[in-house]
Amino acid sequence: MIDVAPISIEFASLNFGTIVPMLVAIVGALVILCIDLANKKLDKSLYIMLTVLFLIVDLGTLLGYSGDVRGFFDLMLVDGIAILSQGVIVVAALVFVITAMSNLRFQEYRYPEYFALYLFMVAGFQFMVSSDSLILIFVGLETASMALYTIIAMHNRRNALEAAIKYFTMGALATAFFAFGSMIFYAITGTVELGQISEILVASNFENYPMILIGVIFMLGALGFKLSLVPYHTWLPDVYEGSTAALAGFMSIVPKMAGFVVALRFFEIFISSGDIYVEIILYVTVVLSMTVPNIIALVQTDINRMLAYSSISNAGFAMSAILIGTTQATNALFLYWILFLITNFGAFTMLWLNRSKDYDSFDSDHSLDKYSGLIKTSPFAASMMGLFLLSLAGLPPFALFWGKMYLIGSAVNAGYMILALVMVINAGIAGYYYLKPIVYMFLKDPIEGNKTKYMENATTPIKALIGFCAIITILSIFLIEPLLEIISYYVQISGY
Amino acid sequence: MEHILSILIFFPAFAALIGFLVKDDSIRIYGIVVTAIEFVLSLLLWSNFDSTVAGMQFLETIPMISAYGINYIVGIDGISLFLVIMTTFMTMISIIGLSEKRNLKHLLITVLFLEMTMVGVFLALDAIIFYLFWELSLVPMLYIIGAWGGNLRIYAAIKFFLYTFIGSLIMLVGMLYLGYVYFQTTGNWSFSLQDWNMMILPFDMQFWLFIAFFCGFAIKVPMFPFHTWLPYAHGQAPTIGSVLLAAVLLKMGTYGFVRFSLPLFPDASVYFIIPMAILALIAIVYTAMVAYAQEDMKQVIAYSSVSHMGVIILGIFALNVEGIGGSIFLMISHGIVSGALFMLVGVIYDRRHTKMIKDFGGLALVMPKFATIFAIMLMASIGLPLTIGFVGEFLSLLGFFKVSPVLTVIAGLTIILGAVYMLVMYKKSFFGPLTNEANKNLEDVKGKELVALIPLVALVVILGVYPKPILDPINRSVSQLVEVMQIKAVNPSTKAKILEYNTTAGGAK
Repeated sequence: MIDVAPISIEFASLNFGTIVPMLVAIVGALVILCIDLANKKLDKSLYIMLTVLFLIVDLGTLLGYSGDVRGFFDLMLVDGIAILSQGVIVVAALVFVITAMSNLRFQEYRYPEYFALYLFMVAGFQFMVSSDSLILIFVGLETASMALYTIIAMHNRRNALEAAIKYFTMGALATAFFAFGSMIFYAITGTVELGQISEILVASNFENYPMILIGVIFMLGALGFKLSLVPYHTWLPDVYEGSTAALAGFMSIVPKMAGFVVALRFFEIFISSGDIYVEIILYVTVVLSMTVPNIIALVQTDINRMLAYSSISNAGFAMSAILIGTTQATNALFLYWILFLITNFGAFTMLWLNRSKDYDSFDSDHSLDKYSGLIKTSPFAASMMGLFLLSLAGLPPFALFWGKMYLIGSAVNAGYMILALVMVINAGIAGYYYLKPIVYMFLKDPIEGNKTKYMENATTPIKALIGFCAIITILSIFLIEPLLEIISYYVQISGY
Repeated sequence: MEHILSILIFFPAFAALIGFLVKDDSIRIYGIVVTAIEFVLSLLLWSNFDSTVAGMQFLETIPMISAYGINYIVGIDGISLFLVIMTTFMTMISIIGLSEKRNLKHLLITVLFLEMTMVGVFLALDAIIFYLFWELSLVPMLYIIGAWGGNLRIYAAIKFFLYTFIGSLIMLVGMLYLGYVYFQTTGNWSFSLQDWNMMILPFDMQFWLFIAFFCGFAIKVPMFPFHTWLPYAHGQAPTIGSVLLAAVLLKMGTYGFVRFSLPLFPDASVYFIIPMAILALIAIVYTAMVAYAQEDMKQVIAYSSVSHMGVIILGIFALNVEGIGGSIFLMISHGIVSGALFMLVGVIYDRRHTKMIKDFGGLALVMPKFATIFAIMLMASIGLPLTIGFVGEFLSLLGFFKVSPVLTVIAGLTIILGAVYMLVMYKKSFFGPLTNEANKNLEDVKGKELVALIPLVALVVILGVYPKPILDPINRSVSQLVEVMQIKAVNPSTKAKILEYNTTAGGAK
């Protein structure tokens, strides 16, 4: 028998505050499940508002957090970017859950489990970004992904199931990649903490380099899957098309935010030590991720699918910030993603509001034809959608332009001129497909005999939210300065 | 007069927002009143403008994104003053002469937004704010061409949008880089043009930045070989779209050259004189020939625009006071003349729903007033002395004569070729027997068309005879611009060249 010493840990040394925000979300999920046990006849609006409340408390505890960055035996790492990205995740989750207040009744909202899973997922992503231990990242990633697969499948149409299964199987592969990558780094360095891995690798001057490179490839595969970087992006359009527009919008923001933070922590090791091979791999990935989906998006006839490709391209755009690796680039990454959140929320939610249960008139839910001549039938909806699409295209002074400008600026400042040119050329190509829905809505005439009802799914809360988003998009120029201040504060204190 | 420039920029936008509440049947008058107020405001600006000062006036600065050096800075000098007045004037005239019936409210509100962006481009002195208005101007134009245009309107609108969009994105990279260079040299971020003008750049950097800015400006001008979007845009656009496109939007490109490329990159500008001149010459001669071959009246004028823009570019790259001053005058006169010509074509199109030259003939018999006005505008377009077109064209060519007499002689063909294609078009459609039955009962110009056209005719003659009130302030600001170039040039040979181009009577003071 081995003599095991009694474990004695002081509670204070755990730094419990680090996990309070996630606990709020988890408790919220459990509360929702309990309420459902007690009374099965409650309306979805109750659960939506409960979710909103718990997320607000979550956000509150997060913003109020002021303690040591480490907790739970260095498992937790709540540094500046962790707080920042958790903030983005929670806010995004907050606005997207309100889209469930839709007018039409859908299968998934009848189950309170939907909202419980939603909160579990948020907690999972929060864990993922606030750790530099590969194991906890893995656990967070899986918690979140499992919940997400289920949520997609709950929509209960054939293509939703297809989407969920596709996402699940390919996600499983990515998980395996992540496990393999972690294993290799553990084998080389004897630790799973990114901070220590970095130290050991640098101290040993990247000994056993081929092995390290294999590990990097595995990690890139895993993270690339989550971030939908080319060539790991093939799942994304089908999944977005299969899930509801609101959920697709959510998926284009939140999981990727979490993915970016992990990628930032991981690739920082190599970028900061000037590893030329990793840089080349990333460079190629970034350029491909921007260009390939952009070209595919040109020929899409469904707006949802087109936005799916556009979000791959946007992920590639933001990924370039990690390649550049300067502090300004990291700031740009967060600025870009926050503005992308506002814009993409608007765009996907506008699609969501125009969702109908008429599945026969057009090829798909959001076929371009459906939106022909929208300016004539409902000018306000058309203007809103046009606004968000122009913002996505990067037209000043709308929100995403400032993100693009700042990101391209950081590329220029770091000497990546070619990358900057690739970025603007891609922005140009993207301009074309963002124009396509605008052309349909504003320049074409309505299809004769079209009986589509627009804005059928709209309710006042969602409309109010959209209006708010539109105002932010238009007046974003006044928003950039304070946003940048906050972002650079948090990025600076975590030293990226 | 504190905030007059901001009022000028944002008044039309504000009016456009409020305009949503005006009922459809009254929106026309609303549009006329708003643009008239805007025009009066711009005249007020002129009367308060101190024409003895060469530098920027009415400066206004509001910090926007200070961390990155982006501020809202507007100001006006002799170069931009008349472009702004021309913008407000032409917008007003085009709305007065508007004959469009479909969806009038949307159209007028779009035009008002467009006016904001156009005035904004000419007044902004911060590169990013300039870029903001520059890009924003694409959206209303896209809508105008795409929604009210001809059969190929969607193709034309998208081509217009994408072409300019991609070009200006490359310019944006140049701007961001220049901002970074400023940060490196001074430790502060700034995108202010006045700050940038203090900065002396090495030749290599000027070379690449010139090219980046060239991409943005040349497509907008449009210069050969980037001009292919223009005939489509013009051909398909409704009358008001063509008028504003030709009168104002094209001038943004040439204005950009004067405002950005020349003072920021003096050495590169001198280095690129000959390539630019060659492109300009190709535009002048080639598009004039193409214009001759057109069967559509609107296309003839569209190609003649490209040809005239070539002369403007030539004048700018003469790099002396006569050339640049003349080209700015030509921008204004071309705005008035081509705007008027497009309106005239619009008048005949409204009556016959065709713009093909072959459908006409002998129009002078049934529409004498129309024919007279057309003839006057035509002469101004060709550059007949004592019309407004002559002054700018002559000065531009005179300026370039000091740079290269040979090239100037070739460029002088513009007058001959212009006369050829314009007069041939005039002959085919206005003279000869009245063969086409449909033309026998055409109504002459009347009412609002006359109200819109007569001020243009008056301006063509008055400014043709006495251009001094406009030329003086322009020349003062331009001499300062040339001095800045002279001071900022890094290569001694550049300094010598600028000096050489500017030393004959009337040039350097």
